[in-house]
Amino acid sequence: MTRDEIRDGVFRALTQVAPEADPSRIKPNLRIRDQLDIDSMDLLNFVIGLHKEFKVDIPEADYPQLATLDGCIEYLAKAQDLR
Amino acid sequence: MAKFLMPQLGADMSAGKLLQWRKKAGDRVQRGDIIADVETDKADIEVEVFSTGTIEKILIQPGEKVPVGTVMALIREEGKPAIGEVSPLPRERAAPPAPTVTAQPPPPRAVPSTPAAAAGAPRLHISPVAKKLAADLGIDPATISGTGPGSRITLEDVQRAAQTRTAKPSPVPEMDRAARMRQAIGAAMARSKREIPHYYLSTTIDMSRALAWLAQENLKRSVEDRLVYGVLLLKAVALALRQFPELNGFFVEGKATPKPDVHVGVAISLRGGGLVAPALHNTDRQGLGELMRSFRDLVQRARAGTLRSSELGDPTITVTSLGEQGVEAVFGVIYPPQVALVGFGKIVESPRASEGQVTARRVITATLSGDHRVSDGHRGGLFLAAVERLLQEPDQL
Repeated sequence: MTRDEIRDGVFRALTQVAPEADPSRIKPNLRIRDQLDIDSMDLLNFVIGLHKEFKVDIPEADYPQLATLDGCIEYLAKAQDLR
Repeated sequence: MAKFLMPQLGADMSAGKLLQWRKKAGDRVQRGDIIADVETDKADIEVEVFSTGTIEKILIQPGEKVPVGTVMALIREEGKPAIGEVSPLPRERAAPPAPTVTAQPPPPRAVPSTPAAAAGAPRLHISPVAKKLAADLGIDPATISGTGPGSRITLEDVQRAAQTRTAKPSPVPEMDRAARMRQAIGAAMARSKREIPHYYLSTTIDMSRALAWLAQENLKRSVEDRLVYGVLLLKAVALALRQFPELNGFFVEGKATPKPDVHVGVAISLRGGGLVAPALHNTDRQGLGELMRSFRDLVQRARAGTLRSSELGDPTITVTSLGEQGVEAVFGVIYPPQVALVGFGKIVESPRASEGQVTARRVITATLSGDHRVSDGHRGGLFLAAVERLLQEPDQL
């Protein structure tokens, strides 16, 4: 899976959680939570969305690595490589 | 014959617009079925029926906006006769919009509840000639205040209503949903601050044990079944309410009415602004996993605009949390006719001394806004202490 494909998958999971969001406007190196006004329930739903999208288990301890768009792509790319 | 009324879904609702019927005359309905969709200032709501029988007559058409309590349909209950001679009184209203939530019982659920009480509303008092004039002028008699004996609507009342109507300036553009919601929230909160003598308490609760337990518990759970700490807070509040029933209920017509079931209303912020506080039914009786699923579902539906009428009418207390917005403590305004509101701030790490040792603990500020007509600070303080105790044994929640 390429990084662009991963990015598209992250966007799909994000727009499930925040349908009003325009993912193309998300700054990749800033916290997603600050840009989209999402709460812990949204975060959990986002992680569930990523789990369904990429078939990876993301332990709670790894949530901080998903804070930014760049972080998500990096984390999921590694997770894909490990599979 | 049961009457299906425009429900009152909170203190901030005085009227609703029927969006659509999901059933038609002649259809059989069962208590708990969603039979209509209604637009309020805050959200579009799926409205459940609280009788079992057959829809005898539809009285309100989609697109019509009618006051709370207006009869929208008649339902012939099982084993009861058809309308026959009964005048359907198409725009009959149950009562003037009451300043309190019509506490309709929830639809059938796992836990038995009291029977429905949608029927039994008083007839509208209007003289025949006044009724005819109102019909000729296209005025809904339900919107007219009667000045005759027993608040009967007279011919003069209708004429006065007609004059008022013609004297009205040209209609202003309808406000958008956000503006209407802000107005509705403002009206309910102003009423609360005007009528309810609030008292406020706060306490700091050590969450270290609960959070450590939660981290371990979530390791055992699949990602879909993981818990958020807010569920622990909700369950602890619900269990503590069993010991302090006076905080769980309504204050209606000058009297406190504790409720036997604990339906915690959860304040949920909506995307685009505003908030709703629908009920998690029987919060105290749900296990944490079940409660988490209910909570997730409720948040999703609140934000998708698919809440049900029972969820908005049933909350017996409200819990709000602004911790994720960085707020350390929230002193909320009680949502009438409820008599208490519990607030939670953010979890912060704080030095705490115990047995001569200072350690860093993760703590949260819990607050109680109480109605002094119903409880006092002594009981309120004991309630918060009970919440704290419960959170020290998270595996027992």
